[in-house]
This record gives sequence, C-alpha cells and structure tokens, in this order.
Amino acid sequence: MTSDVPTKERATENSADVSPSRTAWVLALVPLALLAALLLGIVWSDPAQSLRPESYPLVERLAFQRVMLDETGIVASILNDGPDVVTIAQVLVDDAYWMFSADPGTELKHLGRTTLRIPYPWVEGEAHIVKVLTSTGTPFEYEIAVAVSTPKPSGRFLAVFTLIGLYVGVIPVAIGLLWFPFLARLSSRSMDFLLALTVGLLLFLLVDGVQEGLESGSALPDAMQGTALFVLGAFGAFLLLEGVGGWLRRQKGAGTGDGSGDSGAWVLAVLIAVGIGLHNFGEGLAIGSAFSLGEAALGSLLIVGFTLHNTTEGLAIVAPLARARQRVGIGHLVRLGLIGGVPTIAGAWLGGFVYSPVWAVLFLALGVGAIAQVAFQIVRQLAGDRPVVRQLAQGSVLAGLLAGFGVMYATGMLVG
Amino acid sequence: MPWGITRRSWLRVAGLGSLAGGLVSGSKLAGQQGVSHPASHDGHLAGPVGRVSTADYDPTAFLRSWNFSHLPPAERAQFYTETPRPDGTLLREYELHSVDREIEIAPGMFFPAWTFNGQVPGPTIRATEGDRVRIRFKNLGSHPHTIHFHGWHPPAMDGSLPGQEVHPGESFVYEFDADPFGLHLYHCHAIPLKRHVHKGLYGAFIVDPRPTSGSRPPADELVMVMNAFDTNFDAENEVYAVNTVANAYANDPIRVTVGQLVRIYLVNITEFDPVNSLHLHSMFFDVYRTGTSLTPSEKTDTLMLCQGERAIVEAVFRYPGDFMFHAHQSEFAELGWMGFFKAEEK
Repeated sequence: MTSDVPTKERATENSADVSPSRTAWVLALVPLALLAALLLGIVWSDPAQSLRPESYPLVERLAFQRVMLDETGIVASILNDGPDVVTIAQVLVDDAYWMFSADPGTELKHLGRTTLRIPYPWVEGEAHIVKVLTSTGTPFEYEIAVAVSTPKPSGRFLAVFTLIGLYVGVIPVAIGLLWFPFLARLSSRSMDFLLALTVGLLLFLLVDGVQEGLESGSALPDAMQGTALFVLGAFGAFLLLEGVGGWLRRQKGAGTGDGSGDSGAWVLAVLIAVGIGLHNFGEGLAIGSAFSLGEAALGSLLIVGFTLHNTTEGLAIVAPLARARQRVGIGHLVRLGLIGGVPTIAGAWLGGFVYSPVWAVLFLALGVGAIAQVAFQIVRQLAGDRPVVRQLAQGSVLAGLLAGFGVMYATGMLVG
Repeated sequence: MPWGITRRSWLRVAGLGSLAGGLVSGSKLAGQQGVSHPASHDGHLAGPVGRVSTADYDPTAFLRSWNFSHLPPAERAQFYTETPRPDGTLLREYELHSVDREIEIAPGMFFPAWTFNGQVPGPTIRATEGDRVRIRFKNLGSHPHTIHFHGWHPPAMDGSLPGQEVHPGESFVYEFDADPFGLHLYHCHAIPLKRHVHKGLYGAFIVDPRPTSGSRPPADELVMVMNAFDTNFDAENEVYAVNTVANAYANDPIRVTVGQLVRIYLVNITEFDPVNSLHLHSMFFDVYRTGTSLTPSEKTDTLMLCQGERAIVEAVFRYPGDFMFHAHQSEFAELGWMGFFKAEEK
C-alpha cells in the first residue's frame, strides 16, 4: 500500500459529512449481497456432493449434554454435534438393549436436541454405561461414574447447597477480611509485600482456572468450540471489569472532587472482590455439579485444607485498602465479603440443579478474566509512577509474589 | 468426565461432602440416600424398541426354508433345480450371487452387509449324502469373494486358496458331492477373512443321510444360525442374534407343537467372540455334534459352540406355553440373542 492512500481517504472524509453517506452504505452492502449470492450458489450446486457419493457414510456425532437419574430410570439429553442428520435407533444400558422414549423425537438435525427417557433399574453407588446407537449402528457412549439420584430443587437441597456455599465461599473470605485491622498497622514496605502476596495468590487462581477452563472446554461438543468460548469469556470479563473499574473511579472522583488514592484503593478492593466472586461462582458450579453427579465422597482433612485455601482470598480483597491507610467501616467489609463469597452459593445451586457443561466453561472463563484484570490492577497500583519492572524487582515484592503463589500451592496440596 | 472436574476440584468437593453431612446433622443428602426405588425390573422393558421390517427378509420364514423353498415355484426355478441321476441321487444346481446390501439388524439400525442373494444368513443349501451339488456363483458385489463349503471336496473347489477369489463381475462354478451327512456351513473365504465373514457372507449347508446310512425321524425342522454384527467396526459386536435380527423370535415366537419332535440345525458363525451358545428353558434336548452321527452325543439344556462349529439339536416340548431360549452368555442375550418358542397343543 502506498503512503498517499491514507491521505486521500482523509481528504474525502473531511470533505464529506461525518456519518457515512447513502453511497457509502450501498458500498458496504455490495460485498454482503455478493456473499449471500455465493452462499445461495453453494447451497444450490452443492460442490461438496461431488466428493461425497451416494453411498458415502453420514458424519454422525452425538454428545450427551446432561444425564439425570431418578426413580423412573435414566434421563439423558442428547445433542447432534455433527453436520448431518442423525437418527437414534436403539439405546443400550450396560450392553443391554433397553426401552426408551425420545422427546421430541429420534431424528436430530445439526445442533438438534432430544431427551431420552430410559426406564432402567440403575444401582445406587455403581457405574453404568449408556450407549446410544444411530441408524448405522454407530455407538455414542456416556459413563455414569457413580449412580445417585440427581438432586431436584427442594427446600432441603437448597439449604444444603447454601451451607456448602457458605463454607466454601463466604466464611473463609470473611475470615480473611478480619486481617484488615492488623494489615492497616503494617509499614509501607510490608504493604508492598502484602500486595505482591495478593498478586501471587491471584496468579495461582489464574493458572488453576485456565487449566480447568481449557480442560472443560476441550470436552465440549466440537460445535461449541470450547477453547474459543473460554478465551472469549475470559477476554470479555477482563475488558468489562476494566470498563467498570474506570466508571467506578470516575464516580468516586466526581464525588470527592479529586481522584484521590483512597477511592482508588476502594475501587480496587471492589474489583478484587468481584473477581474473586466470579471465580468462586465457577467453583460453586463445579461443586454443585459434582454433587449432582454423585462424585462427593468423605474426608475431613480436605475441609481444613479447603478453608485455609480460600481464607487467603479475603486477604487479597483487603490488602489494597490497608496499603492506602484507608479507614473502612465494618459495613464496607461485610459488603466486600458478600461480593466475594455469596456467588459460590448461587454457583452451587446452578451447578447442582441445571448442570450444563457449556455454562461451566463460560463461568470458568469469566472467573479467569476477572482474576487477570484484578492482578493487573494491583500490579499497576504497586508500581505507582515507577516502571512496573523496576518495582517488581524489589526484594519485598518478589518475596510477596512467591509467598502468595506458594501459600496457594501448599494449601492446594491439602485439597488434592 | 463430563464437566472436566479435576482431581483437585473434586477432592475439594469430597471434603465438602463430609462437611455438609455434618452440618445437616443426621439428615443425609438426597443424592446419598440408601437404595431408593429405581425403575421397574419388568422384563418387558429390556430389548430393542420397535420392529424390524420383514418385507425383504423374514426371520420366521427363514427358519423352515431351504433350497429356496420360500419362493414361488417359477421364481424358485431361477435359483434351484434338481435333476435325477442314473444312480438315484440328484444333481442339485444353485444360483448364488454376492450382493452388497443394507440390512436391518435391529429396529431402525441398518448394517452395510455383504450378502448371498440379498439375505443374511445366505440361503440354506440342503442335499442328500451322495448328491452332486453345483453352485453357480456370480459376484455382483464390490469386493472379491469366494464360497468356501465345509465338507469333502477337492482343493480346487475350496474357495480359500490364493487365486481362488472371484472378482466383482466374475463367476465361478463350485461342484462337489454332498459328503459326509451332517450339518455344515458355507462362507466367504476372501481376505481379510474376519471382515468378509462378519459382513454377512455365510449360510447353513445341510446334508441328510442317504437311506443306506440310516435316517432321522420326521420332525419340525428349523435352521438357526447364531450370528452377530459389529456396527462400528471396532472388532466388538453391537448386535447378537439367531438369523440376524435382534430379538426377532422374542417379538414373533417360534410356534411349535407339544409332543412333536423339533429338530434345530444350529450353526455358530459369530465373529469376534470365541464361542456362542444355546440355552433352551424348561427342558433338555439331544445333541448331535456336527450332525455326523445318528446317535446323540449328549443330553443337555445348554450347548456351547465355537465359531464354525454346529450341531443338530432335537427337542420335544412336553408342556404348552412360552419357552425362552437364548445364548447363555447373558451379555449376548441382552444384546439381542433371545427369543421364545410358543408350544401349542395339537
């Protein structure tokens, strides 16, 4: 491209109105119209058909979306993940042909869904394999690792999931917040250490979330493009929080008349709480779904580890407030704790009752995006006016980063 | 794992399980409650859903048909003729064609089979000891095939040796004497062997004893070929059956008469599994292994046959009613190899 082209464009822009003229719109539509014509042409002539003779087998792909167990048997929702129409012919449970009904039907178009009801006498606590056979006899398999009744929304179950959420999210975060008075008395060097520690903690959660998100993403049906969905969610959450943070800062700034450090610290604390809240929401989802899949076993050492692990999240929320030497009322702390912890409860409900792998990936992605944004914010705050690299090279900061990651790693070991 | 729940996150959950358990003192999580009342164990719930069309191939008609006896005379003459020979034996001439064809092996499930004359198992060939058997084989399929008969014959008629493949569009005439009397089989012996066999190229070959050898008493005679289909070609079968169609005789019981001798020509051609078996409920039967003797080799209610092995089974139904029969490998039974006899008073 020659250098004079942009100049010409600018010249035309300047001479014309700011908004695109009618001619410009038409010009924008021409490629679209051509594209539509091309698509019609492809559908009409079907060039791929010449590569795919009559006898060529169908591309059959089915994915199990959700499998539930109740007193009537097994209920499985199935998605056609492939390009061609797939017809479900038979259902095998543990290698035995079994009766089933399909709602709305057995013929699934691309991305079509159906729900199979299989009156199979499953055995509590044991494993079962459900196999769907298509009209060509191609089997698609789902393993019920441990058969338990799928929880249905009921008062008691809601209460149990709420309690789980409280213990996983709200209480550990709240305990972490109680460090605030102590943190507020520390020297500024210790403060740098503390913020770096927070970044270390968050980086750990980031690694954890990315791993789980990508893993879950790759397990999704191909059409859902799990990895892309995960990146999209994470990127979206990051940018959204950047925007929200900017907006909050402007609001605070307008209120106090200046954009003081105090309000900056408050905004940062809120953002961290939101980030951790989103992360905990994803965690709640995983927990709820694991319960509904019957994968919960017993072990009390693990509870201890888990509580330790999540207490550090509270610490991360209040660290920027302490560093800014800001006076914080108990009401504010409670609010921060609720933002960070309560989503776990909602996540557990959702995961337990309306388990969906697609939503799981999306929420893991949101958590990751939020955590990344918060870590980024804290590093910015740590650095102040100095170059980030110079600030990070300080001994206290390096030690903090390492300690943060190390604490998470060590407590993570306790929970597996 | 459907949700990609990592070891870490689910161990976490594991910890929570005990936590929640403690919190809801005494009351257990609904999901972890003792054995509830799962779906009914009603036997009608098992088995494939729906019915297979019998327009092209009727398993019930197959049972009692040999030498194309199920066809109207004019049509039958195109595939089978018999000509008396001076020594009193017959020249039996058959037209067998290999044809690629999609067959319905369980309701709604279609298998891209290679067939003899469009059906699996192929037409039952039945001759008397000493008869001349002449098979005009035409390969109308897409791959080279052969017909390999069990029985006495010169190697040139074996259909298994290198160079004996009959290529698509070509023909070959197999000719030999029916010998010895007994229950035999025929199948394609082109390579890869497993594929050519399990795709459906096989059938039963019955040789009745000549009068000088003795005779079997009159009976209601049934041909049963135990076979199976690997629908996704992973060397494991998805459908097991007698005479191809899963649960065919569970849906349409085989009607027999109380007190009348029933003779079953039982052939095992199941690929990928070392053995198959027949278990007949509520009775015992006589077994003539390979059918080469007129004296029963054993009396049992469960008979095991290796692939290619066969036996003549003679049973008399003592009581009226339904008699279940199936492979006594429960797995095969639940994958389609199960049926009923319905015994009725005369």
